[in-house]
Amino acid sequence: MAPVAPSSQPWVEKYRPKQVKDVAHQDEVVRVLTNTLETSNCPHMLFYGPPGTGKTTTALAIAHQLYGPEMYKSRVLELNASDDRGINVVRTKIKDFAAVAVGSGSRQGGYPCPPYKIIILDEADSMTEDAQNALRRTMETYSKVTRFFFICNYISRIIEPLASRCAKFRFKPLSEEIMSNRILHICKAEGLTLDSEALSTLSSISQGDLRRAITYLQSAARLFGSTISTKDLISVSGVIPQDVVQSLFMACKSGDFDVADKEVSNIIAEGYPVSQMLSQLLEVIVNADKISDEQKARICKKLGESDKCLIDGADEYLQLMDVACHAMRALCNMPEELHFS
Amino acid sequence: MLWVDKYRPRTLDKVIVHEEIAGNIRKLVSEQDCPHLLFYGPPGSGKKTLIMALLKQMFGPGSEKVKLENKMWKINAGTRTIELELTMLSSTHHVELNPSDAGFQDRYIVQEIIKEMARNRPIDTKGKKGYKVLVLNEVDKLSREAQHSLRRTMEKYSASCRLILCCNSSSKVTEAVRSRCLNIRVNAPTEEQIIKVLEFIGKKENLQLPPGFTARIAAQSNRSLRRAILSLETCRVQQYPFTANQAVPPMDWEQYISEIASDIIMEQSPKRLFMVRGKLYELLVNCIPPEIILKKLLSELLKKLDSELKHEVCHWAAYYEHRMRLGQKAIFHIEAFVAKFMSIYKGFLIATFS
Repeated sequence: MAPVAPSSQPWVEKYRPKQVKDVAHQDEVVRVLTNTLETSNCPHMLFYGPPGTGKTTTALAIAHQLYGPEMYKSRVLELNASDDRGINVVRTKIKDFAAVAVGSGSRQGGYPCPPYKIIILDEADSMTEDAQNALRRTMETYSKVTRFFFICNYISRIIEPLASRCAKFRFKPLSEEIMSNRILHICKAEGLTLDSEALSTLSSISQGDLRRAITYLQSAARLFGSTISTKDLISVSGVIPQDVVQSLFMACKSGDFDVADKEVSNIIAEGYPVSQMLSQLLEVIVNADKISDEQKARICKKLGESDKCLIDGADEYLQLMDVACHAMRALCNMPEELHFS
Repeated sequence: MLWVDKYRPRTLDKVIVHEEIAGNIRKLVSEQDCPHLLFYGPPGSGKKTLIMALLKQMFGPGSEKVKLENKMWKINAGTRTIELELTMLSSTHHVELNPSDAGFQDRYIVQEIIKEMARNRPIDTKGKKGYKVLVLNEVDKLSREAQHSLRRTMEKYSASCRLILCCNSSSKVTEAVRSRCLNIRVNAPTEEQIIKVLEFIGKKENLQLPPGFTARIAAQSNRSLRRAILSLETCRVQQYPFTANQAVPPMDWEQYISEIASDIIMEQSPKRLFMVRGKLYELLVNCIPPEIILKKLLSELLKKLDSELKHEVCHWAAYYEHRMRLGQKAIFHIEAFVAKFMSIYKGFLIATFS
């Protein structure tokens, strides 16, 4: 077994693209930003899309490419959800930074260095509505010297007035092919061997989220050394093996309460996370062909309710049991509620 | 010393049940580069044992010299200072605490303690800066805010301290925290494994174990190793030498709940409900957690029901447990469940027998 080079830096950081043109799979954004680099002219931007698709990477890369390492500190303000971002911060910190005038656009050390500053608001969907409202006027007043980059997962949580002031870019989930390329590149650089089956598993369990895929890869490499198999990846990712999900589904189909009870107790004892179980069960049910649409709808409705209950902190065993009961009733065409004649 | 503590494996080599996990952890430590870890699994599966053994593997016997400390924290939170008192276990290499004890102020604890640990970093014999380990128990009971503030702190101070998180259900830990840790699932030992451990202890203690006796203890233990060992010791105290058909005594509170269940099945009336309430209060006063009461009550009731009722009862148990989590007074919700059960059962009886 070849030794894995010890390095405390997470691979996610190590292999983060440093240049905009290296960002994978987001052609539109890359085109617009390359244009920006040439003309050094740029609108306010709003990046949205699922996690791990390169939003933060793109924003950081463009900032670095525009200003270079020296000017970066004075020209870019980066705030994310773990910094305090209440209305007070917007009124003071952001406004103060935005108000500072900057020198005229002279190229310094090979970087374009345009005459404006950039404020990157990461995870902007977790800002309160008040804070977002307070930003509206600030954005317009200082638009000559400041550009805002908003980054968020859900565009619906950004208030309309802010969204309409920005150029919006949707980041698509990465396709399997591009993800595989990227992963293979890292494997090569780190000296790992990954067979094709493990590679496709990795792409499918990370569901288009490249960051997650890389994290899994690194965890697996730390635990199991430089040769990684499908099983290793599944065990670090916390994904439940497919046969466990199937056997629960079969138990529900059989209509026998005690069988299902035993299955559920077993799942809890094995320590599988129930929220994960619910999402994998959903996949099985949606893709099953022998169930009618009405049955599917009944089960899915319950899955949604239980997921909410779990987030509220309800007991895992009882919730999974409840889901199993409802699924059983739906699959065996029992009435939804008990009625006594 | 209780057998549970006496036979707790002290090093990773001596772990019997989770050999595979122990092997993996050893590999992690030997690479000198340990990521943050998150252990999750049902109670009594051996998470804590593994963590202790891991610490010993990392730091040697020094990690076993722990002292208990009741520390006052004075935290400056903007405009006011918050004073918090928290118990923690610490050695020169690690600190262990239950941040959820601080209630809704847990996030200050999490930030403050990690900052303090980062300030006084230990220096090892070679003059290199080492790191300390912070063990946080019951992370699933941490508030959302505390978990959010944890994620930034974890990244910022990763050079000076490593976190080991321990919880029962990883569903309640936010995705952000989970994705920053190496997740290790500790499953409950199977009955065969429990039997193996019980026989191992029997041999060490020079006990005569009649055939099938350990199997019965294992079956009653709900796959919790701690419970199995405790009940073996209880049996030993009650009667020795063991006889082949010696009864394994159930926990007294479990017996009490099973009595309640038969009370409920026997009669469904407001008067009986009132009586049951008294008994439930008795359990709550004795510090049995309400969700455990509800779960046990459900399983006792299910044993006595027809299969068509089981679905309905299960649903209502889940419903009231969820409400209990949102509300404050547990007794209301348990009682509501009992009342609901009575009404369903009575309706069923009337429909079938009249």
